[in-house]
Amino acid sequence: MIPLSWYLLLAAALFCIGLYGVIARRNAVAILMSVELMLNAVNINLVAFWRYGTPEQATGMAWAVFVLTVAAAEAAVGLALLIAIYRTRQSVVAEELDLLKN
Amino acid sequence: MSEQTLQTFTWLIPALPLLVFFLIMLFTRDNKTLSWLLAWAGIITSTVLGWIVAFDVFGLFLRDPDGLDQQPVAVSSAFDWLPFGDYWQGTWLQMGVAVDALTAVMLFMVPFAVTMIFVYSVGYHNYGQPPGTHRGEPNHGKQEPLFARFFALMSLFGGAMLLLVVADNLLLLFVGWEIMGFCSYSLIGFWYSRNYPNPQKITPRKAAIKAFMTTRVADVIMLLGIVYFYRVFGTLNFSEAFALTSLETALTTIGVDGLAVMTLLIFAGTVGKSAQWPLHVWLPDAMEGPTPVSAVIHAAAMVSAGVYLILRIFPIIAISIEGVVWAGWIIAGIGAFTALMAATIAVAQNDVKGVLAYSTISQLGFMVAAVGLGAYIAAAFHLITHAFFKALLFLASGSVIHGMEHGAEHVHDHHTDPQDMRHMGGLREKMPTTFWTFLIGGLALSGLPLITAGFWSKDEILADAWYIFVQDGKAIGLVVFIMLATAALLTAFYTMRQISLTFLGNPRTPLAEHAHESNRFMTMPLVGLSFFAVVAGWFGIPDDFLGTEGVFYNYFHHFVGTSLHELFDHLYALNLVAHKIQAPPFNPVPVVTSVVVALGGLALGYWVYGRKPLEEGEADPLIAPLGPLHTFLENKWYWDELYQVVFIRPTVFISEVVVYEWVDKGAIDGTLHLIARGTYGLGHYAKRFEEVVISDGVDWIKDRVLNIADEFRYLQTGRIQEYALYSVLIVFALATAVVLAGVL
Repeated sequence: MIPLSWYLLLAAALFCIGLYGVIARRNAVAILMSVELMLNAVNINLVAFWRYGTPEQATGMAWAVFVLTVAAAEAAVGLALLIAIYRTRQSVVAEELDLLKN
Repeated sequence: MSEQTLQTFTWLIPALPLLVFFLIMLFTRDNKTLSWLLAWAGIITSTVLGWIVAFDVFGLFLRDPDGLDQQPVAVSSAFDWLPFGDYWQGTWLQMGVAVDALTAVMLFMVPFAVTMIFVYSVGYHNYGQPPGTHRGEPNHGKQEPLFARFFALMSLFGGAMLLLVVADNLLLLFVGWEIMGFCSYSLIGFWYSRNYPNPQKITPRKAAIKAFMTTRVADVIMLLGIVYFYRVFGTLNFSEAFALTSLETALTTIGVDGLAVMTLLIFAGTVGKSAQWPLHVWLPDAMEGPTPVSAVIHAAAMVSAGVYLILRIFPIIAISIEGVVWAGWIIAGIGAFTALMAATIAVAQNDVKGVLAYSTISQLGFMVAAVGLGAYIAAAFHLITHAFFKALLFLASGSVIHGMEHGAEHVHDHHTDPQDMRHMGGLREKMPTTFWTFLIGGLALSGLPLITAGFWSKDEILADAWYIFVQDGKAIGLVVFIMLATAALLTAFYTMRQISLTFLGNPRTPLAEHAHESNRFMTMPLVGLSFFAVVAGWFGIPDDFLGTEGVFYNYFHHFVGTSLHELFDHLYALNLVAHKIQAPPFNPVPVVTSVVVALGGLALGYWVYGRKPLEEGEADPLIAPLGPLHTFLENKWYWDELYQVVFIRPTVFISEVVVYEWVDKGAIDGTLHLIARGTYGLGHYAKRFEEVVISDGVDWIKDRVLNIADEFRYLQTGRIQEYALYSVLIVFALATAVVLAGVL
């Protein structure tokens, strides 16, 4: 059986990729996608810990389903915001959205 | 007539003129004709109703005198008016009317005299002449512009007097009393904008204030008396308070001394209203009002009210003067002194109304002296007869002045005083009606024996005084008798002087030369009043005059006596009063005295003034023999000057210097200024504190906050990814720290 650490490493890698994407990508849509990656990394963690911890209870899986649901809602709201911003400013580049500067 | 009807009538008697006042003031003040017609309608209706009530009571007396003795109040009606004091026990002040014999004779006299004055006023204010333009000043020969106002106030005055007459309690009496006080103020000052070239001469404005203030002094004391009265008797109703049991209870509570004090307090009101010394000074100056006002003040209403008051409270006066000797001396003494003093002053006056003013004071002194001696009926009788002939004399003198003013218009002379008797003379032919009526009034005032009313009433007062001296051996009787007899002599003398100076001889100025008889409105009331000035006395001829029996019947005495007979019989039985209400038996001394002083005075007056009437430029024949005494009398005993020094100057000094300069400007303003200065100083430091500490301090804090904010604002880049990076770094740093902490 694959040891737990492998899953954790995969999740960490995925999380870091997501984090990098959030920090480094210019396109806001890509940032949103990176956020989804980070959430999924967490989901992998949740499921892995459940499987190696207390598999007789369905708690971890339920958690993961909740996170997926919230992520979907978050993506919907985020995309709606982005469309609204695009309509007014003709741009989805995160660096240019600096209305709160100084 | 039914009880109900009489009650309604009695209420209507004062109500109608009062109503007319409001009607004129509210609706008809722009219509002169309607105004005087309304005023006439009101007062004539009151007269008719008053006479109906009066004659009804008199008829009751004629049918059943004993019944009226038992039940003196023939008509009475009252209602609760004002909850008072211990309200929950049902104590109410009442408004009510009551008619007994005394009220009845007043109801005969007052409205009639007032009606005559109303008729006269229409002519006096030149109704129908071209309209005058001087508001608040006499408009010689022109129609008075404030016609409506005059009649409204006169109606109010008449209504107030009638209210006072029919009132069954002291409170309602006092209400009428004070309304009259106000009316006299506004009517004396009717010509409010009149000024004289001589600044020493009192103006109507000032005279009005003087009258009001002087009577106010008296009224305050009287109000104290009323309060005391209520405290002791528990009621202000006359017939309740003067019931035998009520009087006995009062005597056991406060004793006769307390009763005397109460009496004298209320009597003070009379001193003011009826112009007795020492508060007589307002009355002569009240002559500044139009003559009808003088007539109504000095005959029918105001001054009669004072005497009427002491007649109303006569039971406590009688008990007081019997129980406390000095109370009698004060009342009778003030009356007799006033009578004598005013008579001496009248001798040396030159103003035709001035003589009558002092004559009024003098005659009121007779009445007050009579009350002070306990001569109830005599005082009431003189009150009635005097009202008739004095109203007549005033109206006649107004007619004379009117004629003189006409002369002044005719010759365009506005400097000669048309009221000064020295400028008259020879008016007998010019103004015959005025002359004859004035003569009748003058003779009545002098007490021409047997014919005139003045003789019978004055004789009765003297008879009472003599009787008290002879019968009771009281010195006060003799003193008052001598003073009043002297005053009566002087009365006849100055009356003859006035008649001679005014009507006899030749005109001494062009004014008198061109005077002419007044119009019908003015002469008709003179005739009406002169009828009563003679006839009124015939109802008071003593039963046993000259020792006869069954020839005469003293209607007045027996009738008015009914109001107190029963009570005084009881009081006499208890030795509380000196006499029952009864006429003194016939005595030749006072009768002879009356005849001698009246005829002697008239003869002396004729001898000095009438035999050889004054010619133009001649001085008064009394000046030479009397010398400085004449000056003293002409200046009215210097009472005004004395009061000026004793009361007015100190008052003015106190108000101007002590109160205004010292207390107000010094103490009160000084304290205020001190407080103001202290507060100002405190405020100055508070202001500095605010500027330095609060304002600057807060600004400093604000600036520092701004500075810090300026430093930190650059952290805010607005780039979301940078924030995320910072977050990651911080989390990373924290994680590193935690891990390191765990390792170490």
